[in-house]
Amino acid sequence: MSTPVPARTCEVRVCAGPGCVAKGSLEIAERFDAAVSAGALQDRVRVVRTGCHGLCSQGPLVVVGDDGVFYPVVDARAAGCVVESILGGCEPVEELLFRETPDSAPIARYADIPFNAGQLRIVLRNCGVIDPEDLDDAMAAGDYEALRAVLASSTPEQVIETVRASGLRGRGGAGFLTGLKWRLARDAEGDLKYMICNADEGDPGAFMDRAVLEGDPHAVLEGMAIAAYAIGATRGYVYVRAEYPLAVRRLTKAITDAEARGLLGADIMGTGFTFRVEIREGAGAFVCGEETALIASIEGDRGMPRPRPPFPTTSGLWGRPTCINNVETLANIAWIITHGAKAYFDIGSGMSAGTKVFSLTGRVRYGGLVEVPMGLTVGNLVEGIGGGSSSERPIKAAQIGGPAGGCLPVRLFETPIEFEALSAVGAGVGSGGLVVVDDSTCMVEFARYFLAFTQDESCGKCAPCRIGTKRMLEMVTRITEGEGVPGDIEELERLGRLVKSTSLCALGGTAPNLMLSTIRYFRDEYEEHVNEKRCRAHACAALSTYVVVPERCTGCGACRKACPSGAISGAVKGVHVIDPAICTRCGICQSTCRFDAITKA
Amino acid sequence: MADHECECANGADRVDLTPLAAMLAEFASDSGALIPVLQRAQGIYGYLPREVLDEIAEQRRTPFSHVYGVATFYAQFHLQPRGATVVRVCDGTACHVAGGTEVARAIVDELGVAVGETAADGSFTVEAVACVGCCVVAPVVLVGEQVHGQITPTAGRGLAKRLRREARS
Repeated sequence: MSTPVPARTCEVRVCAGPGCVAKGSLEIAERFDAAVSAGALQDRVRVVRTGCHGLCSQGPLVVVGDDGVFYPVVDARAAGCVVESILGGCEPVEELLFRETPDSAPIARYADIPFNAGQLRIVLRNCGVIDPEDLDDAMAAGDYEALRAVLASSTPEQVIETVRASGLRGRGGAGFLTGLKWRLARDAEGDLKYMICNADEGDPGAFMDRAVLEGDPHAVLEGMAIAAYAIGATRGYVYVRAEYPLAVRRLTKAITDAEARGLLGADIMGTGFTFRVEIREGAGAFVCGEETALIASIEGDRGMPRPRPPFPTTSGLWGRPTCINNVETLANIAWIITHGAKAYFDIGSGMSAGTKVFSLTGRVRYGGLVEVPMGLTVGNLVEGIGGGSSSERPIKAAQIGGPAGGCLPVRLFETPIEFEALSAVGAGVGSGGLVVVDDSTCMVEFARYFLAFTQDESCGKCAPCRIGTKRMLEMVTRITEGEGVPGDIEELERLGRLVKSTSLCALGGTAPNLMLSTIRYFRDEYEEHVNEKRCRAHACAALSTYVVVPERCTGCGACRKACPSGAISGAVKGVHVIDPAICTRCGICQSTCRFDAITKA
Repeated sequence: MADHECECANGADRVDLTPLAAMLAEFASDSGALIPVLQRAQGIYGYLPREVLDEIAEQRRTPFSHVYGVATFYAQFHLQPRGATVVRVCDGTACHVAGGTEVARAIVDELGVAVGETAADGSFTVEAVACVGCCVVAPVVLVGEQVHGQITPTAGRGLAKRLRREARS
């Protein structure tokens, strides 16, 4: 337990989210620590290592004081200046503040930067604000207040009704009504029921759940406890991806701390309600995000799905009624209880209430973790919050919803972020991955990439998924290699529909989505590959060549020596040339060149 | 003693099973704990040798086929020893569109170890992983747990060269 924080303390919140840590934020935090102890400033400055602030592309991020003065891309020198400014009365250091362009006016407060305009933080309310490893900090920010209120004055029926009326739908991808799921689990007969948090975030290009687990683990545990109370569960599991060791560590500590304080475990807050939570680490299988596969994995089996019904709410873990909710879904619960169902329902639009967290990445200027009200358009997200393309090339599409989702071309960027609207255009909210691609991405190769992923992750239990994903991958690969034949595209569409409609679980049921959406919106690219043997993005190795950019070539000869096929010639200090007839497109020359003089054409 | 006796019975390479006993006892009453048991066993040995899988099957009174089936289903379990340094090249969506494939090719070429393989001298294992959640610094390469972000093919080659140098010294 930490000592209470005096009121006049200035907080320095250093982002310790995955993006910032990769950019060295932990060293920056140590710099702050050192400056604080050197000046014996412990009672004036408190250095907090927080979860993700959001704007990962500008990391390492530091936010100072109650006003939230924001410093992007902080290095050791900047850290020193910030400490000095705190001593001098917390005046912002103007030269270090965020600017949209080098000439534009500085923006001091984190809340005021364009990236944050239009965002609304419910799930991420405490991420980047609190020290996630400090229960006191989390409680000061309001964690466990909703649980206390529920246990003191609500019946399980009232809790279920509140969540149902809020319109909250599952944030893991399927969008099933959370209140209805709880209702089914409550009504199911059983002396023992389980509450499971699905933290097996497996979509490539998605890190929302990781950010919540690492930034505010108590919010997830509180959501689980409220759910358990509502459905009558006494045991719970958090099934978390093994690739997230920090999330596992923070959750473990959070559970231990909460139990020690009587917020979890036996007789919670003296109310007689008991709920014990255990962590189960996944072992690396994408299919375990599927409910029945996840259950099989907790039971110690191969993570293979089984046919439904019976649904887990009737017969789940060890045959008992089991409710499984995703991390983000659960992180919404306390807010809904505290602010009421109507307040939540009024955010968002129509059948899609509340907010959605996205990991906005790819060729976008301001990438990171964003939370927006449902109903905002994809364009608002990409152009407004994301600031448009990060490269000089134009944006071509947004890949939304992970491998189960689709690709949305720029002309459909007016589509609102709603479950039904995105499904109608062949994409999906999914779990919330949003990867922006520019015209250097070949949509056929992109489809091949996702099919390779789903084929590799197919558990092999049902034939449509096992064989279908393999055949689709083979055909798309053939097209990217310039071996496509007329009729391939139509066959892919037929096979895609077949796999969708006949697979056992959602993995196979959604595996063709991305390919089908690229055929739907970028059919001309498929036709070029098949008919003209051309890849306009120069991304497909067999349909493009490596060339030397004469202006950049210094004639150092490194590529010539590295080329295993002897395809490169040129005199010392003279511009080199690659012979496309000999070149095998291995790309070794490109990675050898220190002058960026080799490119694809 | 006959001179054609099986090599593995000589004891030199035999896996010491004693560290397993306490861990297996801890999970003895939990019939669903096979995956945590395998995770802990891999933590002890660095991989899952055949003898360890046999011992787990016997002590937990479950068929070897079940243990083997689970150990081979999940990507995290390794039935062969791994390299002293594990280099993981991320092939998540963001890394893929940022040129992760070319980075992987450069690293594989420089280390002389194919993706999914371990060097003959046990120095390196190279793996491709689907997303480590550091998408904003794509393309990403992990050396052990250390994240290296915004790696170009040339930087990847430089990183691999440095790792090779460090492995030699």
